[in-house]
Order: sequence, then C-alpha cells, then structure tokens
Amino acid sequence: MINEGNIIKIAGPVIVADGMRGTQMYEVVRVGEAKLIGEIIELEGDTATIQVYEETAGVKPGEKVESTGGPLSVELGPGVMGSIFDGIQRPLEVIKGISGDYIARGIDVDSIDKEKKWTFEPIAKVGDKVVGGDVLGQVQETSAVLQKIMVPPMIEGTIKSIAAKAEYTVLETIAEVETDDVIKEIQMLQKWPVRKGRPYKEKLDPDIPLITGQRAQDTFFCLAKGGAAAIPGPFGSGKTVTQQQLAKWADADIVVYIGCGERGNEMTEVLTEFPFLTDPKTGNPIMDRTVLIANTSNMPVAAREACVYTGITIAEYFRDQGYDVALMADSTSRWAEAMREISGRLEEMPGEEGYPAYLASRLAQFYERAGRVITLGQDPKESSVTVVGAVSPPGGDLSEPVTQNTLRICKVFWALDASLADKRHFPSINWLQSYSLYVESITNWWQENASDEWRANRDQAMVLLQKESELEEIVQLVGPDALPDSEQVVLETTRMLREDFLQQNAYDDVDTYCSPIKQAAMLATILKFHEAASAAVERGADVKEIAALTVKEDIARMKYIPEDEFEARVKEIQEKVVTQCAEV
Amino acid sequence: MNADIKTREYTTVSEVSGPLMVVEGVEGVAYNEIVEIEAPTGEHRRGQVLEVKDDVAVVQVFEGTTDLNTLNTKVRFTGETAKIGVSRDMMGRIFDGTGKPIDGGPEIIPDKELDINGNPMNPASREFPAEFIQTGISTIDGMNTLVRGQKLPIFSGSGLPHNDLAAQIARQAKVVGSDDEFAVIFAAMGITHEEANFFMRDFERTGALEKVTVFMNLADDPAIERILTPKMALTTAEYMAFELGMHVLVILTDLSNYCEALREISAARDEVPGRRGYPGYMYTDLAGIYERAGRIAGKEGSITQMPILVMPQDDITHPIPDLTGYITEGQIVLSRDIHRKGIYPPVDVLPSLSRLMSGGIGDEKTRDDHSGVSDQLYSAYAEGRNLRDLVAVVGEDALTERDQSFLAFAQAFEDEFITQAKDEDRSIVETLDLGWKLLTILPKTELKRVKDEFIAKYYPE
Repeated sequence: MINEGNIIKIAGPVIVADGMRGTQMYEVVRVGEAKLIGEIIELEGDTATIQVYEETAGVKPGEKVESTGGPLSVELGPGVMGSIFDGIQRPLEVIKGISGDYIARGIDVDSIDKEKKWTFEPIAKVGDKVVGGDVLGQVQETSAVLQKIMVPPMIEGTIKSIAAKAEYTVLETIAEVETDDVIKEIQMLQKWPVRKGRPYKEKLDPDIPLITGQRAQDTFFCLAKGGAAAIPGPFGSGKTVTQQQLAKWADADIVVYIGCGERGNEMTEVLTEFPFLTDPKTGNPIMDRTVLIANTSNMPVAAREACVYTGITIAEYFRDQGYDVALMADSTSRWAEAMREISGRLEEMPGEEGYPAYLASRLAQFYERAGRVITLGQDPKESSVTVVGAVSPPGGDLSEPVTQNTLRICKVFWALDASLADKRHFPSINWLQSYSLYVESITNWWQENASDEWRANRDQAMVLLQKESELEEIVQLVGPDALPDSEQVVLETTRMLREDFLQQNAYDDVDTYCSPIKQAAMLATILKFHEAASAAVERGADVKEIAALTVKEDIARMKYIPEDEFEARVKEIQEKVVTQCAEV
Repeated sequence: MNADIKTREYTTVSEVSGPLMVVEGVEGVAYNEIVEIEAPTGEHRRGQVLEVKDDVAVVQVFEGTTDLNTLNTKVRFTGETAKIGVSRDMMGRIFDGTGKPIDGGPEIIPDKELDINGNPMNPASREFPAEFIQTGISTIDGMNTLVRGQKLPIFSGSGLPHNDLAAQIARQAKVVGSDDEFAVIFAAMGITHEEANFFMRDFERTGALEKVTVFMNLADDPAIERILTPKMALTTAEYMAFELGMHVLVILTDLSNYCEALREISAARDEVPGRRGYPGYMYTDLAGIYERAGRIAGKEGSITQMPILVMPQDDITHPIPDLTGYITEGQIVLSRDIHRKGIYPPVDVLPSLSRLMSGGIGDEKTRDDHSGVSDQLYSAYAEGRNLRDLVAVVGEDALTERDQSFLAFAQAFEDEFITQAKDEDRSIVETLDLGWKLLTILPKTELKRVKDEFIAKYYPE
C-alpha cells in the first residue's frame, strides 16, 4: 500500500510527517516536492520521523511524503564491479551526467545499468532441483570478476527453463524455477535490504591469513580471512594510506572500499590510481575487482549513516558467490558521528559523549557481518568477508566510546601512533600496543607457505622489541654506553627491526608490496645477524666494531630488492652476516 | 505574487533568546529560508530559518537580536535560501561578512545569484590535485608541499606570527613554470581591526590588492554573521575558479571564531552538546567549508584553501583543530618553543604534514630527489630532537659520535633551514640544495631514506 503523508517539522536532516500510519520502520520515502530520498527511523501513532539522505534546505511543512513500500535496498548483479557509488548506491558517474560537477538534489538514478547487455552463460540445466544460493549461470563482468548468477535465498524448486548463452540485460528473465506453489521468474538483478545480513549456512573459524604484503601487519599482527580489524589513529598517523595499501594489495578476490565521511580528494586519488595498478597475483587492473562507495564529509549526513550498510551488503553478495571479500571502511568514527547527529536531532537521551545508547550494538551488528562462512546452496563454497574499520579517535584519545566499543568486537588491533608518524616511521603501527588474536590459528599456514621458523622468529622479534622498550628507559637515564655489550647488540638488532623491517615505504615501487616468503626471509636475516653478533660479543668482540659492519647497510637495503632477485641476494647477505661477524 | 509576499510578513514573534527568535502562526515557511527583519527602530536585519514545526519557525538573526521585541518586530519570509550575487568585478573589493560592499564603491551588479551553501562536489568529477605551488618557504615547499586544490590549514597559538606567514604565502605563492597568478580571497571571521589592517596594508604595500577579494567580519561585528562569511567567500571562489577559470587561494581566518559562533547557536537552541559544548554536527559543518577546495576535471581553475586557526592553549587535541585535521589534507603547525628561540617562521615540521605532497613532487614537478631528501630531513631532525632530551640528562659527552652528529644536524636545521626572512622567497631548488648541505653533517651511511642514485647525483662533495 502506498501511503502519503504531510510534513509537519523540519530540523536539518530529520523531518517529521503525519498521516503515515501503515508505513513500516526503515521504509524508503520520497520527501517533499523535490522528492528527496529518506528513510523512516521512528514511528509513533500517525507520525513518522524520517532521516533524509539529501540536503533539506527549502523544504516546507505541508509538503507531501510518499512511501515507496520497501526498505532501503541495494541492487546486486552484473554492473556493480568497478563502480563508484554514493552512500545509497547511486552511481556518481551517472549523477555527474545529469547534474554536472556538483551533486544536485532529488536525483533518481538506477544503481546499476538496466540497458547494458551481459553475456550470460548457463550452468544449471532444465529439471535440476535448486535451492537458494545455487549457481544458475555466470557472467564475465570484468577481467577479474566472474559473477555467479545465483538463485536468490529463500527460493527452492525445479528449473523449468533456463536461458541459452546469449546477451541479456539484468532485468530479462534468465530462468524460471517451479516452486511448490508458483513459477518464479529469476533475473540477474537481485535486491537486498541493506540493514539485513544475507544468509549463509555456517560460520567457520578464521585460520587462513589475509596476506596484505605489509610486513608489520602480516608478520606481527596478522588478520585472518573473515576476521575484523580496527585501525584507530589520530589524524596524520597514516590511517588512510594504511587502508589504501590494504585495498591495493590484500589477497582478496573482491575489495569494497567505503569512504565514509572522508575527504573528496582521497576518493579521487583512489579513482585515478586504482585503474593503473595491477594485482600482483593475477595481473588484472585492481579497479576490476573493486567497488567504491564514496560519501565524502560534505555529502549529506544521513547517507553517511547508510553507506557502511550499503557496502557490507555488496560484500556479502560476492561472498555468497564464493569469493573472499575485503571491506575497508574509512572511517567508522564518521559513521558513528552521523548516528550521533541524527540521534541528537531526534532528541534522544544521549549516552557517552553524546553518542546514542545503541552505539555499541550497532557497531557489533556491523562487525559481526564479517566472517568466513559456508555459503548456501547444494554445492556450498567456503568464502569470507573481512572487515577493516578505521577509527578516528578525537584528539588521538583511545578511551573514547567508538574506539572502545570497536575493540570489544575486533580481534585485530593496529594502533597507529602519531609519535611514530612524526618520525616518519610508516606504517606507524605501534608494535607494543597492537595485537592480533589470530596468530595462533594462522601459524600453520605460515609454516607451510613461507618458513618453518616463522612462528619462532616472530615471537623472538617481539621479545626483542619488548626488551628494547625496557632498555630505552635505562638509556634515557645513563646513556647507551653504560649498557653491557650483549644489550647493546639487542639495541642494534631492534633498530634494524624497526627501520629495516617494520618501516615500509608505500610510495616505493618495490617496497610497497612484500611477499610472505620475502617477509620471512628478511626477518630471518635480521635475527641471524642478532645471533651472530651476540655470539661475537660473547667471544669478546667490540660492540662498536659490530655496529660499524658494512653488512648492516645491505640489510637496510634488503627491502628494495625486487622479488625475483630476492632469493639469491638474501642468501649472499646471510652469508655476509656470518662471515663479517666471525671476523670481528 | 504580491499577495503572497504580503501574507508572508508577520509580527507574531513569540520569543527572543540569544541569537534566536521564534515566530508563530507562519505558513509555508521553508527550512533554511532567509528572512528579513524590521526592528521596532526601523532598522533592517537578516536571519535564517533553523527549524520549522507546524506553524512555528525558529529564526537565527545574523546582526544580533538587540532591540527586537515580541510586540511589533516585523518578519518577512523571502522564500529563498541565502544567496550571493557574484561577478568578476568583485576582485579588488571589500565586503562585510554578509556580502555587502563596505569600501565605499558601487554595489556589485551580479552576473549570477548563487546559493551560498553550494552543493557537494561529485567525487567522480574531481581531479586529483598534483600541481606544486611554490610558497618560497622551505619548511612548506621542502617538507609539507602545498598543491593546487589542497586545503592546508595553519594551526597556530595566540601570539604566534601566523598572520605574517599567511601574508607571506599569499604574496609569494606561484606555480613554477607558469604565469598564472593566484586570485586571493580573504575571509576574516572575528579578527581584530589591527589584524585586519595588517593584512590590508600588506596587500596594498605589495600591490596585491587588485587581485584580492576581502570579506570582513571583525571582532565587534555580530558573532552570528560569521556563520555566513566563509560560505560567501567560498561561493565567490567557486564562481571565480570554475566559471572564470582562475586559480584562487582562499585564506580563512580565524576558524576558531567561526566554531565559537556555531556553539553559541547550538547552545541557544538547547541542543545536546558534543565535546566541550561544541555541537555534534560541527564535523559535518566544517567539512561543508573545507571540502569546497579542489579541482574539477576538465576545468581550468582551482580552489586552494589555507584556513588559519588559533588553537586554544596550543592544544592540538581541542575539538576545533582536531576535527579540522581530520578533514583537511594536512596541517602546518606553528610552535611556541621554536618561536621563543626567535626563529621565523616557527613551523614545527614534526607534527606538520601535507597529505597531497607525494602527488605534487618529484621529477618534472620539483626534483627527482625531493621525496627522499624530505624524508631524510624529517627523520634526522626527529632523531636530533629526541637526543636533546637525552643530553639534558647525561650530557653531550656521553653520546656516541653518530648521535652527536644528529644533534648538530638538528641545530643547523633550525638555524638555516627553518629560519628565513619575512621577505625571503626561496626557490624549491635552493631549498633542496640547502637540505643536502645540512645532510652532510650526518655520516653518509645514515642516509637510509635517500636512494643511492640520488646520493651519487646530489651529495655535495
């Protein structure tokens, strides 16, 4: 039933309308003469409170509010990949065609192109019994993505007809499924309400690492496929570069990047850079596997609230096709602030720091949509959605509610540190504060795929770094010369760990991505130096001479050795370490 | 339509409180609509609708609510949101905070009437800013490079020479290898007459005045007017940049006063406050200002923003600098410690940052070694500064030779690289060569941030 109400109050992005009985919570409505897009967020008797996704200047009481009969949904199907959407899945390129360089109000556009024809290749056959999640056919959407066209969840029956291999639009029927009572026509286009997670069969434990090519993350604080990580950091600590590095290099099949209330120029950077970057594994352009959602800070605040849901629903759709998806949300603090702003306009009783009392549960609901799962369907696949959420704590104060509530949910914590950033130590991940609870479960993978000694080396390096922070205190008091030689060696080694291993240059062509094998070998080399230098000092060698060894420079330049030459060169360096330390 | 206008005039003011006024019994009032107010004294003022509920409108009055009463104050709703008439002739003119000329010159004949709130720029239309702007200041050009279309604020403290620095940048800014001049739009919010005079004199002295457009809201002007000033300035900037094809540098000073005005209105409306009493939507509001900087693909002009804000108690975690830093593409931080040493400009390079630097430097833009030199100077200076703390405890003699060289470097860096005269315009090549000269103080093996090829090419023998 289509309802029509009248506006009675306007305050910023929140309006109140009466005559709305019969509408549902979270139903999408069109507001006023400009037909602005809004969503019902509160119902009381005859009146509905609506958050409007566009600027409300000029709207008057008495103007009409029309319901559309459905909740806020995203359109899923071929045409999603490689696009850049706003917070409510309107393609920005199409908006540009209509309203020019600035985004006008009330623009009604299709989320995905309804005219474009895609080559559909059937896989299922007439007479097959299918359930939700089963693959009917496939469409090569981009060079990197083969979209599986699935039976929508909740449908079960027998295929009565299926289209032959040919070109179809997303609205043309490509199959008919005879269920118990009716015959369902299935198109390539699916709609799914954003605030509801897409169903799966079972959740699995994450035990495969998400390799990002970033040494600090992969080796020390690894993220597992299907896990959730938080990156809190004050401004200027390199949060965005860290996120973008993950979007570029993470070994996921699909990347969904949400710019939530962030800078316009940063989204442009992603847009101009990604088409020219190639995936180190497949050689395809990275843009071909990326969906961008851009709701910059000056775009309407209510759409910012919705954009993370839009993003994760798209991520889940690809997960259901059997892909590993990585979702980056930059920044979840802006999302939380959008909730706070709307809550304030609703005059709700505020919780901590003005945030609504439901902040914690909303954050938890969002992060819980991450996970490694067994998908629906008779031929289930293992796939995952990994979520990396940036947090922007005001003043860098990690005790604020958004950071704290995020930490309660996320198992990986990459603490960015402004003082490291000041020293141009990038990525500025503080190795003493950060943690990962996945180390245990992914050790097997590393030992099998990179090095048998991975776990032992990693742990030893962590111990050394911890030791360094204790020694630093003493050095502050008495100077480095007062330390025993063995401890001075520790400081030499940890300096290497910090400068030559943890620091990684995102702007260097070689150093921007470091394979697991190279990571493990680099770490092993530094620890070999530690072992050899410690042995030399024990023999009575002068620690000053060790500090002056030329092999230290080779170690420092190790990160710039290209992957294909690395194996041979690292052997040389390791031999040099042994011989030079022995000669001291 | 006359009848309509007539019926839209009311004398039904029911409440006046702080900067706000409540009008009852109104009909067809739009959110954010501009209202004209006639005070009982006959004086005309302007205001804007902040909230409408049924037939009640809450109006914020820009020129202050003094003299308004609930008896015979007349309120007329104009049916329009705030607009400014823009024209090429605005260059060289001075306006008040609401866009009226105050230099005694004629009224502007507008070429276009534009909504001052603008619309958000479509991220898909933006072009990534990547053209190096040479400011002639080593700490900025060398280490926190500014590019066309960037928003780079100066975080300062009271008593620091941020005005001198801003004036110097406005004077010296140019794109190397191009004759395009910057049109400067100067928007003052709540600054003193003295400060305003400083800028005006400086523009006059250097003959820059004819390419400057000034919007002036001084400390004794109504605080609420400040809400409009930056939007007026930026709407003008958008017109000049994207319709007239000019490169515009917008200087906004002082954003702290703008935020105070926001807080005042929020408090008067009994809103739930966020941190330190500032409204929860301050981030969104500030973004609406800062995000109007940028470049549009396929268009000639650009808007570069340099907002100045004075941090209360030099506290960078205060909500105003904090939220600003999350929106802008970096920040130039002035330091009281460095200022006390008599160094001008007192830029503390450690917390300063330009996020768009990497796109604007390198071969064909500045010089191929720029990124490496800059990184190396940063880390060496940071290390030198750390060692100063250590020296305070153990004395210089306890340091290793390596550490002593870093200490000497930090000193030389402050004396030669940071320090420059108020009219000294260093080219980027001079800045980078100076950097190399200072790096020779360190052992060559410590230059880990610079690639070998550049050491071979540029290391002074």
